Amino acid sequence: MIQLDKISRTFQVGDQQVLALREVSLSIAAGEYIAIMGPSGSGKSTLLNLLGLLDRPSSGRYSLDGRDVTGLNEAESARVRRDKIGFVFQFFHLVPRLDAAANVALPLVLAGIAPAERKQRVAQLLADVGLSERADHLPSQLSGGQLQRVAIARAMSMHPALLLADEPTGNLDRATGREVMGVLEGLNQRGATLIVITHDQEIGARARRRIGMEDGRVISDTAT
Amino acid sequence: MRLADTFALAWGTLAQQPRRTALIGLAMSIGVGAVVVLTALGEGARGYVLEQFAGLGTNLIIVIPGRAETTGAAPGVLSGETTRDLTLDDADAVARIAWVAAVAPLNVGAAQITRGSLGREAVLLGSTAPLLTIRHMHLGLGHFLPPGPSDQATPVCVLGDKIRAELFGNANPLGGWVRIGDRRFRVIGTLAAQGQQMGFNTDEAVVIPVAAAQQLFNTPSLFRILIEARGRAAVPRVKTETLALLKTRHEGEEDVTVITQDAVLATFDRILTALTLAVGGIAAISLGVAGVLIMNVMLVSVAQRRAEIGLLKALGASGRSVRALFLAEAGLIATLGAAGGVALGLVASFVLGRVYPQLPIVPPLWAVAAAVATAILAGLLFAWLPARRAAKLDAALSLSRR
Repeated sequence: MIQLDKISRTFQVGDQQVLALREVSLSIAAGEYIAIMGPSGSGKSTLLNLLGLLDRPSSGRYSLDGRDVTGLNEAESARVRRDKIGFVFQFFHLVPRLDAAANVALPLVLAGIAPAERKQRVAQLLADVGLSERADHLPSQLSGGQLQRVAIARAMSMHPALLLADEPTGNLDRATGREVMGVLEGLNQRGATLIVITHDQEIGARARRRIGMEDGRVISDTAT
Repeated sequence: MRLADTFALAWGTLAQQPRRTALIGLAMSIGVGAVVVLTALGEGARGYVLEQFAGLGTNLIIVIPGRAETTGAAPGVLSGETTRDLTLDDADAVARIAWVAAVAPLNVGAAQITRGSLGREAVLLGSTAPLLTIRHMHLGLGHFLPPGPSDQATPVCVLGDKIRAELFGNANPLGGWVRIGDRRFRVIGTLAAQGQQMGFNTDEAVVIPVAAAQQLFNTPSLFRILIEARGRAAVPRVKTETLALLKTRHEGEEDVTVITQDAVLATFDRILTALTLAVGGIAAISLGVAGVLIMNVMLVSVAQRRAEIGLLKALGASGRSVRALFLAEAGLIATLGAAGGVALGLVASFVLGRVYPQLPIVPPLWAVAAAVATAILAGLLFAWLPARRAAKLDAALSLSRR
């Protein structure tokens, strides 16, 4: 599903070139469950941003679902993100003024789906994460675990094939974190490719494939 | 992204910060209101002037001796008199032109008018019977000048209301005698009080037969010939025929100027419309100021909402959608402000109309439409830069900041 070929990414910091990724090559099949681990500054987040088309590699080639997405323009990559990729963030990133249902509906709104269908799909998504009765709650009225479950429902609203989670449990206590991971793993079992960045060894150990990173390089990969 | 959803999202953001929204809206309102009120005032002034002119009769054609043209030296300076006088015979000839309803020769001068020991300076109008209808004067008592040949110097006069009151008080002036210059005139009528009419006060005038005025001032010439055409459509035709006739009568030289009320009216109309536009334009500057305010607030808003913009992009919003969202916000504020401004302007116009009842103060529709359009356009134009900045925001970077 995902084919990374010698992907590098350099950042300009002042007058210094910082190499965040050094010729990373990876191959990920559909339906995999991967944990990317490594110390901060190892390039995990950069890799995730590149996978999510939020950033472009300085060199190398990225193909998603057999299609070269390296040279896509801004509008095209927005469309790919919308249709194929779901994001879950450490800080949830819910829009504070919108209630849970409206937050979940955001990708559907951006995709231009009619309100009637939106309503139906949002109800199903919230039911899937067990928050049906919280649909009209504002983010400020929800607990951390509930916030992350709303965010997961939002990430799944367009039925993406690829689910990217950047430290999804980083802001949650251990029990809630396990619960949230359970929800994500449930989605993986239903077919979504799940890639999780984490510091947490325990969370990382749950993944079937673990990729270790350091200094912008892949230093270990349980698949090879 | 659907248009309705774009506006709904934009509205949600605005409603989140009601005070900020209201303040920018107010700035827009003041601008739009100023345009509406000032153009309403300008239009009121124009309507007032046009009304005054219409009171003088729009079918009026005025013949003035001498020709209006620009020459190096004043005519007559080098070669003696070049203009022939307008005479009573000219006036009588003009009266025979087709489509002429009435003709009144006119002589104007100042003279002392006395009755016994009472006396004062008055404006003396020498004319004939048709003057009454041509100038839309109203008779108070008695009769106006008797009809008849214009060269008959009958010693009768018609007094303006103020002259009557000062010379006769409450006594009946009809049949009384007054002395004007070195002649005696019998009062046969008085004019109703009319007050000021385009800078001329008929209340302080005395009307006598034109022949008598010519004798009194010892001149064979006329000051003006006033012609009333049969209907507005006949005005240009009568004008050209009058010019042609007077040219043949004056040895083939076109030495008179013929002006029509329409021409004067059109000139005033142009001047006052230009004035209205200028005043409205100055007021429109404040719309630009409000636009800058919108830009400033939007720039701050983009900076504050980096994470949200990044999120929208991660969820699949294209740069276009993000830009549309911010433009929709600016457009909504501007529209709200414009609506408030129109309301403000209408109320202020109404109040002004009450304060100056003689001015027909109504905001012109074109000005209201232009002000609203300018406000919305200014809002969108000034929001373009912040919206573009939002659209170009690096999603990964905006999301990584907390």
